[in-house]
Amino acid sequence: MGAASLPPWRANLATIAALIARARNELLRVPAAAIPGVLAPTIFFLGLNGAFGALTGLTGFTTGSYESFIVPISMLQGAGFTGAATGVNLARDIEQGWLDRLLVSPAPRWVLLAGMVLAAGARALIPATAVLAVALAVGAHWPGGAGLLIAFAMVVATAAIAACWGAMLALRFKSQSAAPLMQAGMLALILLTTAYAPLALLQGWLQDVARVNPITEVVEAARQGFVGGVSWADTWPGLLALAALLALLGALALREMRRTGV
Amino acid sequence: MSALTTNARVVTALGARSIRQTFRRPQLIAPIVVFPTLLLAIQTGGAGSAVELPGFPPVQSFLQFMLAGAMMQSLMLAGNSGGIAMAIDIEMGFTDRLFAAPISRFSIVLGRLAGTAALGLFSALWFLAIGLAFGAEIAAGVPGALIAIVLVTVAALAIGGIAAAIALRTGTASVVQGMFPLVFVVLFLSSAFFPQELMIEPAKTIAEYNPFSFIVEGVREPIVAGVGASELLAATLAVTGIALLGLGLSARALRHRLRVG
Repeated sequence: MGAASLPPWRANLATIAALIARARNELLRVPAAAIPGVLAPTIFFLGLNGAFGALTGLTGFTTGSYESFIVPISMLQGAGFTGAATGVNLARDIEQGWLDRLLVSPAPRWVLLAGMVLAAGARALIPATAVLAVALAVGAHWPGGAGLLIAFAMVVATAAIAACWGAMLALRFKSQSAAPLMQAGMLALILLTTAYAPLALLQGWLQDVARVNPITEVVEAARQGFVGGVSWADTWPGLLALAALLALLGALALREMRRTGV
Repeated sequence: MSALTTNARVVTALGARSIRQTFRRPQLIAPIVVFPTLLLAIQTGGAGSAVELPGFPPVQSFLQFMLAGAMMQSLMLAGNSGGIAMAIDIEMGFTDRLFAAPISRFSIVLGRLAGTAALGLFSALWFLAIGLAFGAEIAAGVPGALIAIVLVTVAALAIGGIAAAIALRTGTASVVQGMFPLVFVVLFLSSAFFPQELMIEPAKTIAEYNPFSFIVEGVREPIVAGVGASELLAATLAVTGIALLGLGLSARALRHRLRVG
């Protein structure tokens, strides 16, 4: 049965599945393309741990294990890079004219965006799993089933947010030259939080920024299982922040998608 | 016109082209300026309390300590960006046209390295300006700043030599781009971001022998304490060694490129 004869909701699901399959095929056909996305957060994890590990000696540091403290940051960084890569790939598709072909199809714009964003969320599991494996190997605490589930949920949603951000910029600038902006934006969003140290130990200006940065709640939610117990009180602010960011950036990306003509 | 003058003009022209190319392409300038500045701000704000740790060397502030690390990051990424741009030139056939011109082949490489060195100079000035703007003092004053600037400029040329060698050998921009994570491996395994004595093993031991630690200490010493003869000597030797290695590898890779076309 052709897509034209399907009810709209099934045709939309089929299009989303096809876009996810395309992203999967890109990965399977060029596995080396996934290496930088895995390598970068892993290097950052090991490097930050080696360089800044002594910070746990500061009065007020909430754990004695810096690898446990920093691992959710590296997992989220991997998600950020993966999501931003979706924007870079979309910019490439725009430059090569492939997006034009998608835009003349009967698929609604939101379906095209959803396919890319969901693919980014799924793909972010690869660097997150790799970083987690390395972290556990070098002594990070096991976060428990619930802690792990929450951390991975935060990773997937962060990648979706990064993909919306990347797609928005790709559709606005229509050039891979915007790649640094996609990557730097996510890097700043994730690191301008309690990434390196607990809130009380951050320098004044960063403390103020981290306090209002919604990703701080995401970091704390993803981190809780690694540095202590899991609680609903530490989880819901992260979920709320992710939902709000996804709604905002998703709407902005969709607006750019709707503005994009053929 | 003598051969020396001609080659000097080629080096100047290609160096100027390299600088313009970097500033015109966001992909090339962002790693040199945007990312190191962002990380400097975040690391200073996030790990600034580290100066209270027992054993942390006496410094005016963590920003003052971190300036040398930011310069190192920037200069290494400048070298890498130079290599990427050179590989793009090879892919696009621009290098072949230069090879066909009646000029010294090595002046083509030197032109690119001159541009990378100029970007290193820019990086040193940029981070010194940021440091001064945000209250960091240069302990050794103007002579200390000049030492830091010279070391960073020459170090950029040295790293650029290695990146140029990889570009000439492979002729593929993606391979040189793939070296990007290695820059961070080298940086994290040096004393660029934290005092070597306070690092965690095995990074601590590796940093002790990493030649980039010698360079970063040579740049840092005049900023945080004053000109130290031993640090300056060690940094000079490390920079010279890496520069000779880079130039040697570039010369070999150039011969290879001329052979395979």
